[in-house]
Amino acid sequence: MANYEWPAADKRSLIGKRISRVDGPQKTTGRAKYTYDQNPRGMLYGKIVRSPHAHAKIVSIDTSAAEKHPGVKAVELMTEPGKEIFWAGDELVALAAVDETSAEDAARLVKIQYEVLPHFVSDAEPPADVPVGGPLSENEIRSMVTTLQVPVGQVVSRVQSDGITFTPKEEDLEQAKKNGMPDALIDAIRKAKVVPPGKGGTYKKVAAQTQGDPDKGFSESEVVSEGIYGSPVITHCCLESHGAMSEWPDPEHLFVHISTQNVSGIPGQMSEPLKMPATNIRVHQDHVGGGFGSKFSVDSWGIVSAKLSKKAGGKPVKIMLDRRAELEVAGARPSAYARVKVGAKKDGTLVAWEHSGWGTGGVGGGGAPPLPYIVNVPNQKKQHTAISNNIGSARAWRAPNHPQAAVITMGALEDLAAKLNMDPVDFFLKNIELTSPRAKIYAEEIRKGDELIGWKKNWRPRGESPGPVKRGLGMSIHTWGGRGHNSECDFTINPDGSVSVKLGSQDLGTGTRTCIQMVAADSLGVPFDAVKVELGDTQYPPSGGSGGSTTIGGVSSSTRRGAIDALNQLFAKVAPALNAKPEELEAVNGTVRVASDTKRSLPWKQACAKLGAMPVTARGVNKSGMTPDLTNSGVGGVQMADVSVDTETGIVKVNKMVAVQDCGLVIDLKTAESQVYGALIMGIAYSLYEEKIMDEQTGRMLNANMEFYRLTGIGDFGELVVHMMTGPGYDERGVIGLAEPPTVSPGAAISNAVANAIGVRVPFLPLTPDRVLAALEGKEARRAAL
Amino acid sequence: MGDEEGRGRRRRSGVSRRDFLKIGGIAASVPLVTPKFVRAAGADVPVHGPGKTPVSLTINGKAYKADLEPRVTLLDALRNNFDLTGAKRVCDRGTCGACTVILDGKAVYSCSVLAISAQGHQITTVEGLGDPERMHPVQKAFWDNDAQQCGFCTPGFVVATKAFLDRNPNPTPEQVRKGICGNLCRCGTYVGVRAAALQAAGEGGRRNG
Repeated sequence: MANYEWPAADKRSLIGKRISRVDGPQKTTGRAKYTYDQNPRGMLYGKIVRSPHAHAKIVSIDTSAAEKHPGVKAVELMTEPGKEIFWAGDELVALAAVDETSAEDAARLVKIQYEVLPHFVSDAEPPADVPVGGPLSENEIRSMVTTLQVPVGQVVSRVQSDGITFTPKEEDLEQAKKNGMPDALIDAIRKAKVVPPGKGGTYKKVAAQTQGDPDKGFSESEVVSEGIYGSPVITHCCLESHGAMSEWPDPEHLFVHISTQNVSGIPGQMSEPLKMPATNIRVHQDHVGGGFGSKFSVDSWGIVSAKLSKKAGGKPVKIMLDRRAELEVAGARPSAYARVKVGAKKDGTLVAWEHSGWGTGGVGGGGAPPLPYIVNVPNQKKQHTAISNNIGSARAWRAPNHPQAAVITMGALEDLAAKLNMDPVDFFLKNIELTSPRAKIYAEEIRKGDELIGWKKNWRPRGESPGPVKRGLGMSIHTWGGRGHNSECDFTINPDGSVSVKLGSQDLGTGTRTCIQMVAADSLGVPFDAVKVELGDTQYPPSGGSGGSTTIGGVSSSTRRGAIDALNQLFAKVAPALNAKPEELEAVNGTVRVASDTKRSLPWKQACAKLGAMPVTARGVNKSGMTPDLTNSGVGGVQMADVSVDTETGIVKVNKMVAVQDCGLVIDLKTAESQVYGALIMGIAYSLYEEKIMDEQTGRMLNANMEFYRLTGIGDFGELVVHMMTGPGYDERGVIGLAEPPTVSPGAAISNAVANAIGVRVPFLPLTPDRVLAALEGKEARRAAL
Repeated sequence: MGDEEGRGRRRRSGVSRRDFLKIGGIAASVPLVTPKFVRAAGADVPVHGPGKTPVSLTINGKAYKADLEPRVTLLDALRNNFDLTGAKRVCDRGTCGACTVILDGKAVYSCSVLAISAQGHQITTVEGLGDPERMHPVQKAFWDNDAQQCGFCTPGFVVATKAFLDRNPNPTPEQVRKGICGNLCRCGTYVGVRAAALQAAGEGGRRNG
């Protein structure tokens, strides 16, 4: 049988080394072409007219003046009179014109009458008397079953009595069944009454869940800490905004360039709205300028680009969102807040947890974060209320629900440790068994983090930092799954020795191309440059969407299997020339040779020449349940932050952060570390700056631009240290994804460091100067949303 | 090199950019308006627009021509008319630096410069610094230090770094942090960018890792 197993450390020529990304020269020289850069001759520029109101009914739409505007080639309605709009910036009309200025001018000529309806954009704490109940969104059902662990019977009766807010698709239900959703619940969803969006009430409260005996737990606790914690809605702010360019080479065939994390999944999303077979839709993307979880859907603008193109005789039509739309409608991470009570014995042993949480993900309500995060306190009581409001809908954001859960849990635990007069490192190590099954990994990582940031040397009890600029340390731990997704590739070895790997995956800047090339070359024993990787086209075998850190496990596994299968075909052709059996051969160091007698060898090129005229091709496949399993799930990470807080201005500065991360077998250490550095920097942004600030009066986002929706700048932090846990104990687990986990902890670690520095908790992210000063003054921090 | 208009207007088309512009001009029946002059503050001031007006630009040492409305930015002219798409449109209002080009030796945000007022200046874009086979030392340093992930901000950063190093050939790490703080990255590649700037300056700077 073919040996697909990952090679042992001493047999790896490339895997685990530091390799510069293969598309780097294209990117640094500006030659890399993104969807936004598509510019074919005759291309039309699309513009979208958007709703200025957060909640309104469309009374009439008049596009006649826009249609007559010089240069306009097509106009499409994206809604119709009588329809209701649930957030500002929603799409109403799209048009395409010969140049951008004509399209902009024409868009201003579209006349729309609205019946403005009352809006609600706050996500402030719900009133205490909210009854349990209300129709459920997909996210909420998923959260109830998974993170909240509501008994299935309760979820079923809730679905039966209160209905759902979405129209279930049979294929999604099938998938849910495969993922383990019980039949009774699937059946209930299938038969449930569907309540239209926005009609399910503002607040939806899930019945309280308990584990163990929380009342007894608190009565046995010797020290109890209470606090309030949370993080607001933030947006993805991809630098390449969402968008697509569609053209019809002939009336039956559609060709789409789209900025996406999900190349192989796009045709299936387009076929129904366009009433055409998915097989007639080709999707292509070379590079994508950021996704972070917001680019899985074809989106309404992707569909309308195809419709406009059809109306314009098939000419390419490109629609890219402007920055305001990108921030208002194309990405939102749900908010999550909670009042938490947590109790322990005097020696630090955790006993009881209770929380009442809330948050929003727009009209759909949004999911509940998994609380308490990682640390499985024996006795728990928890409740969550989802707020449905008129902001743009939520999209997955790196490690959905985890950063919010970390901010709440790690904040509450750090406050408790402070009350116990314990160093948080000692407190975590005291309770490390509650982090099972990764207790050993966390303990090892905490010790490594301590060493890298000098925790034991520098940590001081809360508020003991002298002077007006206070310094503090904070830590957090995190986890993520990251098992490889389904992926297929075509792996070809040509008679001239060249090698190609083709798959419908995508490289989000994570180094996917580079890693595939490394795995392919390493498996064949050829130099890195001998392999050509082609991604980003539906003409290649399908590979999963790049979300949930599933890509590296998927593509590395399919590539490895394809490589070994293709190599075995090559061995069969080469064996006679080496007077050996195919199974006696190995491909090492640019040769094909007899393993037991390495002098009997052929250089790679000469070996491939034995193929004659035809190349060998193998289809590499990764799917669940394959043996051997080349990918795995479940990583642990620890982060520590060293901050300074100016107590006169309220300004927080990150002096140093340390990230210690496990992700199984690392393929490319260089791009893996870049992922973690990037996660820290993104984490600093959502800790200190990022918030989607909604205006209660107008219902619009106040900071939908990059001056006031701030990202981290190059000078905004000090030193960052990344340490990947590799080697024995880690490598043999197989390949596990990395993009999500390191984004989880920065908010919690920085928030804890600030509390350690100034002696009080700043309850909510971002830790802006006004919130820091308010906390210092002992006031309850003012919620920006209020 | 002569007239390079339409360079990159590619794709197996038998129609040159010049021909296409003529066809497009006729089809859209947009009148070409020559500059008028008005007397203002004791001088004759040319007035362009509101229609299209001929614009000539010198980009990477080559001449480019197009008929553009005066409101068209240098960024949009580069990207839409000359297919020089290295400069990116991100914030579109002078915040993020993804559109950075060098104008007479100085880094500018091309989204905040009108194409018409860039005439008569020497414009350098990321394409003019090097290509994948012959990278400029700054581009090579960005590659070596993995100062890129999705890569959308990278061309702007490369150009800003080049302009910064031209003025500050031997910067300290602190000067790097201040000197190229006019560009933003979402993926978080700054650790690599800091090291790349120092490496390109000949300081031997390397990212740890």
